[in-house]
Amino acid sequence: MVEGDRMAPAAAHRTASVDGAVPEADTAVYEAVFNAAVAADERIEPRDWMPDAYRSTLVRQIAQHAHSEIIGMQPEANWISRAPSLRRKAILMAKVQDEAGHGLYLYSAVETLGVSREELLDKLHTGRQKYSSIFNYPTLTWADVGAIGWLVDGAAITNQVPLCRCSYGPYARAMVRVCKEESFHQRQGYELLLALSQGTPEQHAMAQDAVDRWWWPSLMMFGPPDDESAHSAQSMAWKIKRHSNDELRQRFIDICVPQAKSLNLTLPDPDLRWNEERGHYDFGPIDWAEFREVIKGNGPCNEQRISQRRKAHDEGAWVREAAAAYAAKHNGATGAAVEPSADTADMNGKA
Amino acid sequence: MTTEQSPLWEVFVRSRRGLSHTHAGSLHAPDAELALRNARDLYTRRGEGVSIWVVPSKAITASSPDEKDAFFEPAADKPYRHPTFYEIPEGVKHL
Ligand SMILES: [Fe+2]
Ligand SMILES: [Fe+2]
Repeated sequence: MVEGDRMAPAAAHRTASVDGAVPEADTAVYEAVFNAAVAADERIEPRDWMPDAYRSTLVRQIAQHAHSEIIGMQPEANWISRAPSLRRKAILMAKVQDEAGHGLYLYSAVETLGVSREELLDKLHTGRQKYSSIFNYPTLTWADVGAIGWLVDGAAITNQVPLCRCSYGPYARAMVRVCKEESFHQRQGYELLLALSQGTPEQHAMAQDAVDRWWWPSLMMFGPPDDESAHSAQSMAWKIKRHSNDELRQRFIDICVPQAKSLNLTLPDPDLRWNEERGHYDFGPIDWAEFREVIKGNGPCNEQRISQRRKAHDEGAWVREAAAAYAAKHNGATGAAVEPSADTADMNGKA
Repeated sequence: MTTEQSPLWEVFVRSRRGLSHTHAGSLHAPDAELALRNARDLYTRRGEGVSIWVVPSKAITASSPDEKDAFFEPAADKPYRHPTFYEIPEGVKHL
């Protein structure tokens, strides 16, 4: 009960802050409690007091993560109707469906921080919140589905496994669910590439071409180098992040090199070689100018991704309206009320 | 004066921060505030929790046991949703 007791004043603080200003001395106490919890590797939960900057950092990161999951459905969905077999088609549909699910877990997690779904989608649609730059590249051939599963989901897993221990409870729990599901994504991609690689020379070339195009953008998924990463140090201090961008990127490269070999495919980096002293693979320079251009909106598919997302949202309006009308009619009869989710209720002090 | 049974509440307890609230059981109480206090006395007498949710039982919509097969069947014939469905050559690590 020590833990609960210690956080009790923090919960009280939230209530107080609704009514009016909190004396600065109290804030210092709550901040000390928060810092102690983070230092002790405890999780911060929705009702706990937290610094405003911690909350806004989480909102930015989790929203961006959620947006990436649903925008990420587009490049792969592009191939569902053209999958080469029923088996591959079923697998790809299952994967894209999982990505929709990941988006929903994450939107729910970020809503516990006091933002609404409408606001999040609006910010995505108007470019005020971002999604991973990787999804602004096109899927030109069937082999791209394999390269995405192997490399893009592989990089996502490398990023997400440490997030299962993120200091914010709802985000960490969402990540546990996501990571359990990601393993199949990566494996189906690897298996797809292996089948192509062992196929005809044309198929092998197609697999190699896909890997050549996806390798560098996958390395950019870990974000800018540590000395240029604006939010990294604070996020690590708050234990939102557990490892730096460069650490995770290196880990991913070290995993991929032997896997590429087992696929009988090469990685498009002439500088890639084992460094005995470091115990890691050395690799060539990353084109950060390209990364910044894509982030700015000048990637090959930025416009297409957002306009397709908006279109899907707008064209779905009649479904949401019909469902709401149906619910209103039936709620009138049963007296049931639409309540916010429990964690959201926490936020409003209703629970 | 009525002696009607007070409403039923479902109790969810978070055993420690970092874990989800999980269903602990149910109890009767006339309102949410009392349900919360009763839940504390009933389900966390030995420090089993650091947070409790109480939810009116009638607010819960449950799937029907009769429809169990039809309801969950669609997941049963999709083994490709599991990583073990895919054959990976021996010795390949971190997949
Ligand atoms: Fe995902
Ligand atoms: Fe995935």
